[in-house]
Parts: sequence; C-alpha cells; structure tokens
Amino acid sequence: MLEHVELFFKSIFIDNMVFATFLGMCSYLAVSKKVTTAVGLGAAVIFVLAVTVPLNWLLDQYLLRSGALAWLGPEYADYDLSFLSFILFIATIATMVQLVEIVVEKFSPALYNSLGIFLPLIAVNCAILGGSLFMQSRDIQSLGLAFNYGLSSGIGWFLAILAIAAIREKIRYSNVPAPLRGLGITFIITGLMAIGFMSFGGMLTGGDEAPAEVEKNTAQKTEEVKTIKEADENSVSYNNAIINE
Amino acid sequence: MALLSKKDSRLILDPLADNNPITIQVLGICSALAITAELKASIVMALSVVFVLGFGNVVISLMRNIIPSKIRIIVQLVVVATLVIIVDQVLKAFAYELSKTLSVFIGLIITNCIIMGRFEAFALANGPWKSFLDGIGNSAGYGLILVIIGFFRELLGSGTLLGIKVLGDPIEKTGLYAIGYENNGFMLLSPMALIVVGIIIWVQRSRNKALIEEN
Repeated sequence: MLEHVELFFKSIFIDNMVFATFLGMCSYLAVSKKVTTAVGLGAAVIFVLAVTVPLNWLLDQYLLRSGALAWLGPEYADYDLSFLSFILFIATIATMVQLVEIVVEKFSPALYNSLGIFLPLIAVNCAILGGSLFMQSRDIQSLGLAFNYGLSSGIGWFLAILAIAAIREKIRYSNVPAPLRGLGITFIITGLMAIGFMSFGGMLTGGDEAPAEVEKNTAQKTEEVKTIKEADENSVSYNNAIINE
Repeated sequence: MALLSKKDSRLILDPLADNNPITIQVLGICSALAITAELKASIVMALSVVFVLGFGNVVISLMRNIIPSKIRIIVQLVVVATLVIIVDQVLKAFAYELSKTLSVFIGLIITNCIIMGRFEAFALANGPWKSFLDGIGNSAGYGLILVIIGFFRELLGSGTLLGIKVLGDPIEKTGLYAIGYENNGFMLLSPMALIVVGIIIWVQRSRNKALIEEN
C-alpha cells in the first residue's frame, strides 16, 4: 500500500511528465491558450494513460522482455523480443485511442463532444508513449502499480497544462516585450515552473538511513566548527595576552 | 547547384531559419529539451532525426497514393517505428554508453511531432525527391537548435565541449578558473533548456519582426 502512495505522489510531483521529463510538450504548448480546452485535453490524457500503461505492461511482461515467452513452453524461454517494444507499444496506443473514441462516441455523446476532438491528437502525444517506455525502463513490478503509474502521470500532466493555461490567460493583459509574446514567454514561464517543481524533489527521500547520515555529518561539522571557533578564541586570547604583555 | 533548383533549395533553407520547426512551428520540443545537457547527445539526436525524417518522408511519399486516409496515422506510425528501431539498434551496437544517456528519448522520436507534422503536411502531397529535401531541411533546422542549446548548456554548465575541457581545469584552477570563474551547475538542470529556447526565440524574433505573434 505504501509503495502505491509513494509512486502516486512521486509521479505527480517529482517526476512530473512536463516539468521533469518534458514529455507532451508539443500539445502542452499548442493547446494551452484557454483553460477550458486545456482541461479537455488533460482529462483525455489521464484517461488514455491509465488505459494504455497497464496494457503495455501486460505486453511487456508476457511477450517482450527476455524470458517473457516462457509461458508458451520451455523452448521459448530464451527469446528476447524487447527490440519490438516501440512498434507494439505505439500500435497498442493508436488502436486504444481509436477504440476509446468509438466507444465514447457510442455511449456518451456529451463526453465525446468535450473530449472527441482531442483524442486523435493524443495518439501522437509523446507523454503517452513516454509513459509506457518509462514504465518499461523503470521496471514497474505489478499490474496495479502500472495502472497507478499511468493514472498519476496523467494527473501530473493535467495539473501542468491547467496551470500554464491559467497563467497564459492572465498574461495576455501584461506588457510582455514584443519578440517574447506568445511562444517565448510561455517557454520561460514553463522553465520557472519547472524550477519550482524541482523543490518537490526533497519530498520523498525515503528510508531512515540517508537522513541519519546527513545529521551525523552536520553534527560532525558543527563539532569541527566549534573546535575551530575555540581555537580561534584561544588564539585571540593568546594574541591579546601577547599584546597586553 | 545544378542538382537543386531554386525552389528545391528553399525547401532545405527555409526550415533552418524563418520556418524553424522548433521556434516557429512549435514541433518536436519534447526531445529537444531533455537530452541537451551535453553537446554530443544533442548531435547524435539530431542525426537520428535527420535519418528518420529524411527516409520516413520518402517512404510515405512513395506510398501516398495507396494509403487509405482513414488508417494513415497507424501506417505512418509503423513506418516511423521501424526506422526508429533501426536507429536504436545501431546505437545500442556501436555507442552503448550514449544510448544509455539518451534512454527512452530515441524511442520518443516516434511521437516527435516534427515527424508526423511533416508527413501530414508535406509527404502526403508531394513527390519523393521533394519530400526527401523537405525532411532533411526540417530535421536540420531541428538539429541546429538542438546543437545551439547543447553548446551553451555544456559550455556554461560544465566548461567542456564534447567532453574536452575548454575553459581550463576547474579542480586545478587553470585557465578561466584561475581568475575566479565558476561553472554554472544550473545550466545542467533540465529547466534551463526551456529558458535557453526562450532566449533563442527572443533573439530570433527581435531580428525578424515579421515573426512576432500578436496575442
């Protein structure tokens, strides 16, 4: 349970898709002019990530990684198909997006009207493929964790695009230098926001051992400082003594 | 050049400056930012994109009359994915260390918006030779920005270029360091890539007023 909570917060804040790894920047910059459209795209990204990451986890686990084909029989245990992962992942994503589009259109026309136009855009959003590839390279252990990872990275992306869209709506009234208007200032604001998000890096440093060591070090340092100060005072008093003499 | 007519050479030269994919068309930002802390990684990434986009454009352009338009996105993705797998396997075989630094970002060339953008906007409507030139031009414009970002980030961040010390030795205090210069470690962090791109856009648009957005 604890690992679920940790992964959840870690993928939203520390490994935020936009601010830490710059995934999905293209649609992040192109669709963030108005808050309402940003919310639509963000919701679609959460949805698609939460569906495709677990699916690709299953593909990776039972088809692609070395030894994954062992369930077919011992003679298949040596195969390593991981070089095919790009093509299979992207095929899964493209198919899922198409499928989701059809299903949503059939069963919830209202949702389709708000999400529909964004769904085709999403197939080529790097955040979606990036989610699956990071899932593979970070070696996520179970299907539940993979679902959690997809969902929380999606939420992180949603937060990012919501924030920048709100800022861009406001900044229209400010006097930005002409050459920076539009794209330029958006880049710089995103950079500043990314610096801000870096401060979340200290949030989950984990176990007890590392901080204890740091404390020890600081304790040692303060001791050293003390001894140095004492030495200084000694030398000062010594000097004073000399001067007095 | 006799090989290139005037129209053809514009296909290559336009994307280098006034129609640059990164700073004007806003395509392919994702990978441009994450891997530019070192010049070497940026150059390899630029070359990979030149290869993928050049040949991808040719393949799509050759198939443009037989692709049903309903499933064209999946066809395009399969073509790109195949080319990217080739690049990835070559890098893993000949430059393993580098492929570790680039990690998933080679894979993300597949969803690099430049590629899909050029397929949709150019290769589906033009012949293979023109598409090839367009692909080379656009990926070169992308690579140019990547190399500029990589150059400044590596030079200011770690005082090296391609791993060679150019500003003197920071530990022994030779060269610039002898007079008190310090590396700006901040340049190596990813947010600075965004700010460097912002500055490039600023410089480019103040030189060419026609590019300024209204907003």
